[in-house]
Amino acid sequence: MKSLRRSLLFVPGNNPGMILSAPVFGADAVILDLEDSVAPNQKDAARRLVSEALRTLAFGKIERIVRVNALSTPFGEKDIGTILAAKPDALLVPKAEPESLRRVSAMVDEMAPETGIIALLETALGVELAYQCALVPHVNGLFLGAEDFTADIGTSRSAEGIEISYARQRVVIAAAAARIDSIDTPYTGTEVTDEFLADVRLARKLGFTGKACISPRHVQAVNEVFSPTQEEIVFAKRVLEAAEDGRRRGVGAVSLDGKMIDPPIEARARQVLMRAGLLGVEGGKRNG
Amino acid sequence: MRPTILRPAQAGSLESSDCLVTVSPGEPGSGVKVNIQSIVMNQFGDEIRATVEKAVAETNVTDILIDVNDRGAVDFVLRARVLTAIDRALGKEEGR
Repeated sequence: MKSLRRSLLFVPGNNPGMILSAPVFGADAVILDLEDSVAPNQKDAARRLVSEALRTLAFGKIERIVRVNALSTPFGEKDIGTILAAKPDALLVPKAEPESLRRVSAMVDEMAPETGIIALLETALGVELAYQCALVPHVNGLFLGAEDFTADIGTSRSAEGIEISYARQRVVIAAAAARIDSIDTPYTGTEVTDEFLADVRLARKLGFTGKACISPRHVQAVNEVFSPTQEEIVFAKRVLEAAEDGRRRGVGAVSLDGKMIDPPIEARARQVLMRAGLLGVEGGKRNG
Repeated sequence: MRPTILRPAQAGSLESSDCLVTVSPGEPGSGVKVNIQSIVMNQFGDEIRATVEKAVAETNVTDILIDVNDRGAVDFVLRARVLTAIDRALGKEEGR
């Protein structure tokens, strides 16, 4: 059964202690990183360590994602070959653009067809071609990488994130159009602050299905914000009941609390209950 | 022909849950020699040795000295570090 990707926690791929503790923080997915958190002269060691960890560690229901190096680097092809042999759940492909994604997709087809691909969109071209990226076979998520993206368009990050607002919306819409996940760029601080919480809530409001975390401290808040609340679940159930009642009575349009219930509202209610069902939640907190 | 180590190499670190593995060429005919220092030597020394020897056997390398300075590494970490150090010593990998 498909599981949700509310929180995706980055873990440095050459740090055994952090890899061992990665499953305990409650993230829906861990991203074992071979790229930016690994020094160039340790890429081989990290690749081997992550490969052995995938074959050995029990992650339970947690999705195991590996961020490989880009194919344009000397490490990318070797990373992908070695990691696919260890059967991760998904590869996170940096600097993703349609052409590079198609090359990775062909390798996945050949070596591990059940493995998904998450496209890390962090170039102007990648963001501009987000929907084409989403349509590449095996791609099941788009992930906005704001640090590299802002560098590519010649600006820098701000707390309010105005410079990435268009990119965020473009990624969300492209992913929604392709019916795949959209994952927001991580908050770059490590503490749980009002600024962090506002950033998470904004991502949810924009329509992202989840958010990456660089600190384990962020996981719980991200899970809560991206889970349906008790109020949303109760309202969704009432919407479906009202719609069903209307159909039984042969009434075209029904109202609930003085507002019309039309097909999009019913569809949203079904989505809320689907997410709640996947999580086994009654309210905003996860049951297990 | 069995591969032979021509140069010393290292992998890993002295961080907690890791180990630092150093491999170097042994005398011809000396086989595989493993020296282990570990914070859990009394409890897990035999298991560490078995894991290291099994990993070395998979590479088919002989005439090799292996020093393992262990800081509480679990099996898959020991195995990964030994294999990386041997690949580096054989010139197969980019790291040093």
